[in-house]
Amino acid sequence: MGAVLKTSDRAAFQQLARDELAGLYALARRLSGRDAEDLVQEALLRACRSYASLRDPGAGGPWLRVILTNVWRDRLRKDSREPTEVPLDGADGFSLYRTLVDEDPFPYSDTLHLDFLGAFSEEDIHTVLQRLPARYRAPLVLRYVEGFPTKQIARLLELPIGTVLSQLHRGRKLFERALWDYAVESGAIDGTAERREDAPWTG
Amino acid sequence: MDRVITCSDAVERLWAFLDRELDARDEEAIEAHLAFCRRCCGELEFARHLRRLLARRTGDELPPEARARLERFVDGLAENTADGGRT
Repeated sequence: MGAVLKTSDRAAFQQLARDELAGLYALARRLSGRDAEDLVQEALLRACRSYASLRDPGAGGPWLRVILTNVWRDRLRKDSREPTEVPLDGADGFSLYRTLVDEDPFPYSDTLHLDFLGAFSEEDIHTVLQRLPARYRAPLVLRYVEGFPTKQIARLLELPIGTVLSQLHRGRKLFERALWDYAVESGAIDGTAERREDAPWTG
Repeated sequence: MDRVITCSDAVERLWAFLDRELDARDEEAIEAHLAFCRRCCGELEFARHLRRLLARRTGDELPPEARARLERFVDGLAENTADGGRT
C-alpha cells in the first residue's frame, strides 16, 4: 500500500476507524454475506487514501459507510455470479399479512401477526436477508438498517431513483415471502397448506 | 378528500407512507383511506413492525479475533503516513 495519511491525521483516522469497525463489519456482512472482513479492509484502505477529503470529522461514520458501499458495489459489478435479472416466482403478488390471515398458523393467538414476527431472532433475519438477491437486498439494508434516504441510495448504487424505488418494493415483497418460507422450513409453522396449488406464493 | 383509493392502492403505498416518501396528495389519500378501513390499518401496523424487524441490529457482530485483525490493519494504515511518520 502507498504512503497516504498525513502524520497529523494519523490519530484521528485511527480513532475513527476503530470506533466504526463494528458498524462497518455489520454493514459488510449484510451487503455481501461473505468476505465481510475483506470488504471492511478494502473500505478502510480507500478511506485512508481519501481521508483528507473528509471535511466534517463528525460525519466520519456515514462517510465510511458510503465508501464501504461503493467498494461492495464495485465488487458486485465484477462478480459475474450475480444474475442481471432475477425471477421473482410470484413474490410480487405475495402478501405476508394476508397469508398469515389465510393460513392462521397460530389459531389460538389474538396477536397472530406480532407473534409470527416475534418468533424471528436477529440471526434469523440475517439469514433471510442473505437469501435475497444482492440487487434487492442492498437497497433494503441501506434504507432500513442504515437509514440512508432513497435519493442517496440511488447515488450510491449509481442507479435512477425509479429503479431504486422498484428494487425496494420488490425487495420488500421478496423479504416477506422469504420470511414465510423460512418459517415453514424451520418448522416454526405448519407449511402443509403452503403447498396448495392455489396458494399465491407457489408462483 | 379529493381522491378515493382502493385497498390495493393503499396497501401498495403503505411502506412509502411509513417512509414519508409520498407527496402530500398521496399521503392525504392514504390517511383518508385508513380513517375508514380497519383492515388496511392492520396492514399498516404489520408493515410498521416488519420495518422494525428488518432494521433490527444484533449486538456486536464483529468476532473478537476479526476485530483484533482489523485493528492491526488500521494500525498498519495509520503508520503508513505520507510525510515521514512511518515507524
